[in-house]
Amino acid sequence: MSILSKDESGMNKINSKVPAGKLEEKWSTYKSKVPLVSPANKRKLDVIVVGTGLAGAAAAASLGELGYQVHCFTFHDSPRRAHSIAAQGGINAAKNYMNDGDSVFRLFYDTIKGGDYRAREANVYRLAEVSAAIIDQAVAQGVPFAREYGGLLENRSFGGVQVSRTFYARGQTGQQLLIGAYQSLSRQISLGTVKMYNRHEMLELVVVDGKARGIIARNLLTGKLERFGAHCVVLGTGGYGNVFYLSTNAMGCNATAIWKAVRKGAYMGNPCFTQIHPTCIPVSGDYQSKLTLMSESLRNDGRVWVPLKKEDAEKIRKGQMKATQIAEADRDYFLERRYPAFGNLVPRDVASRAAKVECDKGLGVSPTGLAVYLDFNAAIQRYGKSKANVLNLHNPDDATIIKLGQEVISEKYGNLFEMYEKITGENPYETPMKIYPAVHYTMGGLWVDYNLETNIPGLFAIGEANFSDHGANRLGASALMQGLADGYFVLPYTIGNFLSEEIRTPKIDTNRQEFTQAESEVSERLNRLIQIKGKNSVESYHRRLGKVMWDYCGMARSEGGLKQARAIIRELRKEFWSDVFVPGTTDEFNPELEKAGRVADFLELGELMIVDALNRNESCGGHFREEYQTPEGETLRDDEHFAYVSAWLWKDLAQEPELIKENLEFENIKIASRSYK
Amino acid sequence: MNLKLKIWRQKSQNAKGAFETYQVNANEHMSFLEMLDVLNEQLIEEKKEPVAFDHDCREGICGACSMVINGRPHGPNKATTTCQLHMRFFKEGDEIVIEPFRARAFPVIKDLVVDRSAFDRIIQAGGYISVNTGQAQDGNAIPVNRDCASKSFDAAACIGCGACVAACPNGSAMLFTAAKVSHLGLLPQGKLEHTSRVRNMVKQMDEEGFGFCSNVGACEAECPKEISLENIARMNRAMIGAVLTSE
Ligand SMILES: Cc1cc2nc3c(=O)[nH]c(=O)nc-3n(C[C@H](O)[C@H](O)[C@H](O)COP(=O)(O)OP(=O)(O)OC[C@H]3O[C@@H](n4cnc5c(N)ncnc54)[C@H](O)[C@@H]3O)c2cc1C
Ligand code: SF4
Ligand code: FES
Repeated sequence: MSILSKDESGMNKINSKVPAGKLEEKWSTYKSKVPLVSPANKRKLDVIVVGTGLAGAAAAASLGELGYQVHCFTFHDSPRRAHSIAAQGGINAAKNYMNDGDSVFRLFYDTIKGGDYRAREANVYRLAEVSAAIIDQAVAQGVPFAREYGGLLENRSFGGVQVSRTFYARGQTGQQLLIGAYQSLSRQISLGTVKMYNRHEMLELVVVDGKARGIIARNLLTGKLERFGAHCVVLGTGGYGNVFYLSTNAMGCNATAIWKAVRKGAYMGNPCFTQIHPTCIPVSGDYQSKLTLMSESLRNDGRVWVPLKKEDAEKIRKGQMKATQIAEADRDYFLERRYPAFGNLVPRDVASRAAKVECDKGLGVSPTGLAVYLDFNAAIQRYGKSKANVLNLHNPDDATIIKLGQEVISEKYGNLFEMYEKITGENPYETPMKIYPAVHYTMGGLWVDYNLETNIPGLFAIGEANFSDHGANRLGASALMQGLADGYFVLPYTIGNFLSEEIRTPKIDTNRQEFTQAESEVSERLNRLIQIKGKNSVESYHRRLGKVMWDYCGMARSEGGLKQARAIIRELRKEFWSDVFVPGTTDEFNPELEKAGRVADFLELGELMIVDALNRNESCGGHFREEYQTPEGETLRDDEHFAYVSAWLWKDLAQEPELIKENLEFENIKIASRSYK
Repeated sequence: MNLKLKIWRQKSQNAKGAFETYQVNANEHMSFLEMLDVLNEQLIEEKKEPVAFDHDCREGICGACSMVINGRPHGPNKATTTCQLHMRFFKEGDEIVIEPFRARAFPVIKDLVVDRSAFDRIIQAGGYISVNTGQAQDGNAIPVNRDCASKSFDAAACIGCGACVAACPNGSAMLFTAAKVSHLGLLPQGKLEHTSRVRNMVKQMDEEGFGFCSNVGACEAECPKEISLENIARMNRAMIGAVLTSE
């Protein structure tokens, strides 16, 4: 394949197809030079888009508008239910509406630094460049963003940056952006340019003569396997955080689509880069099915602390003392102490590790010992006083200040506070929230080049499903930005690069042998799952896998632990395939069978994540190898040996995966140690 | 806590359904769906078919979960989806009756899972602003009154769950449709297509077999996102406008 060449040492070198030229000019030059497809030809070209999250819905709608014949798939009952709906805090854009010194370059710089120098410069710069247009597009679609009294768009701050560039719609930004994209998609469905397949799960990728030409999908209502052919295939199928069982992801999030692509030879990029989000509601019991995020936006106003004294923490854990009884002097605002420049708004990986350090010291504040406080009291006081001033109340009493302050907080974060209370039964206006880190996002994903194309020609990956822009750690409010950038503004151009060469390719015939074979492989696998008829539920394997991943490949990783974990997972996989019980049949609506297929894929992907974590003998971003840290416990990167993207070729279970490196070159940013102090 | 569950079981759309009774042991920290997970684990252990139900986000935002609990869509708590309902609101020995959302336009697929794709088709009929990618002007070019944006948001908070339909004795989708009409119609960007939007969405709503609205108000009472009846009044006014302007 032309995408690989050998470097001096005989190692495979990968071609990321970044256009030549100055960083600021690459994308505009690319756009003006990329071959076009005429409207008449577009009508003859079929595109499959799997996924209707921000990335998939935006892409399907935009490609439909351009005139391609789009076939769009989701396993949900409606495109509007994609996991993007749950995003809370906001979306970044370099608009500089606040006049606080923001710019495309600064957003680019923050993202590269936030990602701990493990992302590709050209892609990230393009992302920053198109970010502003996303906001314009969303506003035009009717997304009701927060506004100032003067009617202009309002912004707030997120972690890891010193400007306010985050646009939001209360605590439901993802919902509103997805509804915007869903509406555009609905319009194309009504116009007939997009054909929508709900409750269809992609279970195989079909490759014909080296190019991605279709998929096998299971109609989840009838269980029937269906073949779909197209000139190219786009995967916008989201992240794989659920490999950890407990995560903030929706229950249905899974890796099946991308994993099928990997099994067909697509490279998996940086699989071990996982984001552990610092502010989630702590685990409370074994029955728990998922974890709930408390948006990072809360760190604009919430202060994170633990008791200074171990005795106090112990009393709190036993229920003998309350947070509010601990005097200011006996509290440790550990983020403010350790990182004065960024304080509570350090990036997620940094905040998560710091919370773990305090809890490991025995200072945790929940019965399990795994929680720290997020406290709004100072903000309530501050806002209350300022509001009283505005209302011309001189010398207001404490109760008035608190009441006014709580009103301001409620306006900003009301739904999050309600959600917290619903789950925990505690009122966060009165007592600080308890939070702990949880798996949230996967920076890793299918390796893609500048065109968002994988190494399989005609197979594209967008949104969380690709590995592209966030390096080893994603900044808050940047996933929505990336998903929509990919779907609205990047893929519609870059796909032309591939499709312009395909205008002579007739409709893909799904009677071809490649389709027949793919379908029979899927069918055989499903039957196997049903026929095992073992003892244990699918859920039980998923839980066990999750625990291994969390214990050994979570917030802290070590060589010994990872090696052990790899062995455990291999055993677990063997046991799954001989002792799982899947009720029902293949030819009916069968949610347990769906889950079984997904867990089977997680059991393979989990191993690759571990292989990747073992290979990366350095600490960077969310990947913290205990052996590689500074004396202060910060990550210790090794740029000399690891300034590369790991692209893994997965062969089969019997062979070691092969590592292909994409060396990262930093021409516009000076690579430095990442400090938020 | 020990609970007695009476759950609607129905193999497929055309099969005859019936209630079946189960015993389950839950604790007060579980969510309602986690309690059902426990039941399903139990059923799987006994090599029986688990109860099918729709769910995904489990935090009250995707709109997937949908069940009638003791006669009320999404259960007893105000402004709470099924997935956000916690077991601390139940007590030892309670009997809980669980059924699917029932409405002519929402056929049952299996057990507690229903087909709500009619909602998608209502949106496809006009629940959007006609703007192509890349055509937009600067986001601040048209200032939007803060109250309008906020009211629009209140309507846009609809999660498309269908509880309003399940609660309505007529199986009407007025609240859902009106919420979308308000969301878009309250913004300057959405005003232009307001009248045709209303006309087309209401027409689709009727074609899907949703009932008429007789101002019962059960939809608002059961809506987990507290979508207000005001939206229906707003849409009714627009419908009169639509009749007046239709050719
Ligand atoms: C609780 C929470 C809050 C968040 N808040 C923020 C935030 O404030 N700001 C921010 O920037 N980011 C946030 N994120 C991250 C962000 O929401 C996600 O990264 C992003 O929405 C992913 O979008 P996507 O389009 O790539 O995938 P998704 O939205 O996950 O969509 C995946 C789609 O693929 C479909 N699919 C998957 N597999 C298959 C298959 N095999 N066959 C058919 N269809 C399939 C699904 O049905 C779905 O339609 C948050 C994430 C979580 C969990
Ligand atoms: S109006 Fe309320 S009840 Fe009806 S679909 Fe929307 S959120 Fe659900
Ligand atoms: S599962 Fe998403 S709203 Fe209940």
